[in-house]
Amino acid sequence: MSNRIVNWFKFASPQTFYPLAGKMIPWFWALTAVFGLVGLYIGFFVAPTDAQQGEGYRIIFIHVPASWLSMFIYLIMAFWAALGLGFNTRLSGMMASALAPTGALMAFLSLWTGALWGKPMWGTWWVWDARLTSELILFFLYLGFIALQSAIDDARRADKAGAVLALVGVANIPIIYFSVKWWNTLHQGASVSLTRSPSMAQTMLWGMLLMALAFWMYSIAVSLTRVRAIILERERHAGWVEELKELKS
Amino acid sequence: MKWNSFSEFLAMGGHALYVWGSFGACLLLMIVEPILAKARRSNALTELKREIAARKENVNENF
Amino acid sequence: MAETSLLSALGAVIRRDLLLAMRRKSDVLTTLFFFVIVVSLFPLGIGPEMAMLRQIAPGVLWVAALLATMLSLNRLFAADHADGTLEQMALSAVPLGVLVTGKVVAHWLLSGLPLALLAPVLGLQFDLAAGSLGVMVVALLIGTPVLSLIGAIGAALTLGVRGGGVLVSLLVLPLYVPVLIFGAGAVEADLGGLGATAHLSLLAAFLALAAFFGPWATTVALRIALE
Repeated sequence: MSNRIVNWFKFASPQTFYPLAGKMIPWFWALTAVFGLVGLYIGFFVAPTDAQQGEGYRIIFIHVPASWLSMFIYLIMAFWAALGLGFNTRLSGMMASALAPTGALMAFLSLWTGALWGKPMWGTWWVWDARLTSELILFFLYLGFIALQSAIDDARRADKAGAVLALVGVANIPIIYFSVKWWNTLHQGASVSLTRSPSMAQTMLWGMLLMALAFWMYSIAVSLTRVRAIILERERHAGWVEELKELKS
Repeated sequence: MKWNSFSEFLAMGGHALYVWGSFGACLLLMIVEPILAKARRSNALTELKREIAARKENVNENF
Repeated sequence: MAETSLLSALGAVIRRDLLLAMRRKSDVLTTLFFFVIVVSLFPLGIGPEMAMLRQIAPGVLWVAALLATMLSLNRLFAADHADGTLEQMALSAVPLGVLVTGKVVAHWLLSGLPLALLAPVLGLQFDLAAGSLGVMVVALLIGTPVLSLIGAIGAALTLGVRGGGVLVSLLVLPLYVPVLIFGAGAVEADLGGLGATAHLSLLAAFLALAAFFGPWATTVALRIALE
């Protein structure tokens, strides 16, 4: 048991994590490609045309995964942030700041695809629907996190300040979501839901799950790439960085 | 196979703009983001190389 | 004995901040004038039809209150940080959380409270009935302390950071959304004849949560900024 704990702390050091991440990245890209290709095949060639929404519903194959990931990444970011604040590990803060841009990208994609779905279905690009509105606020939370971190020069302080903000954000997200929902039901009747279409075929669900897995693997791959860059930027005066074979050539 | 021809596939039952607008934006961003992340790492590497070279030069001058 | 000394420390911080603010009255008045001007601009932008104005009044007053509170967040810690008082406070025997609470209370007394008292006058511009004006004041009295408490976290995080003033709005405004929804919702519910009790109790729940966690998060953020 104690052995395992020691091992975890070993991987928590940037020095050991940097090469490990380098080895893992290609595998996650491969998984992204496999899940993505199968998901797209099912999404475009196997899943039937929706009776109500025609072919336009195929947007959910990226809209729903992007929305899920945007929320999930915020949770993971807050998890790393809490770990960094609690145990003062350097890597956690770097992970949190590596995840933020990918999370913001997912939130943006969710909004973009939501708008493109809404135009043919509702007749407008934007509806103040509870989901879209809370996604917009989530996007703002990501932007605030990124802006705060980039405004602080001292990396340690940036990590900790970002961590406090991420934790405050994660405590607020449920409250924000429920208030937006309440507000939405008060002001307009229930609208067509983006995800709960009545004739959700089994194949549609599979396509969506596979695309969600692909998006997940993509997020891991790209944030590992980014965390490697961040490690190099932050640890430039550490001895082990000079020994890297990337620098010998 | 549910599509009769490639052009029918592209037309997406009249929703081409919306479907391809979504998938296109998604693909574009998912190509650009990794490139930016990789560029950030190679920037950090060149910066480091320059720094190390400068440090070595300093040492040589001191001798 | 220990409790009374904490309470007296709390009182001392509040008195000190109020005294300092009284020496620089213009800061407090600027916030109030900002509130008045923003609210008065809306009818000019939208048109003078009373039915329309009555409908948008809750939202307009609340958004203006949000912005006015946010404008005044900078002075919460910045001056004390600049002259080193804040570091002395952090080192003193009194827990930093108590000092933070005192400063937040003083901030609310100088921003939220005057806004709430001023709101009925502005509500008259929008032809709100007396009952709705009362609900508006109560909602503001419960909601603006939440704004001060959450805002303090943002102010502490951006302390001494370049571009802090604009940055704090980016951090804090998304977190203000629930207060905005239920604050404006309370008045709208009253206008619609539904009764505002549910909204007001939810606002009070937010206040309880924010009063419990806010000073704690602010203290952590301040310690990070002072390191």
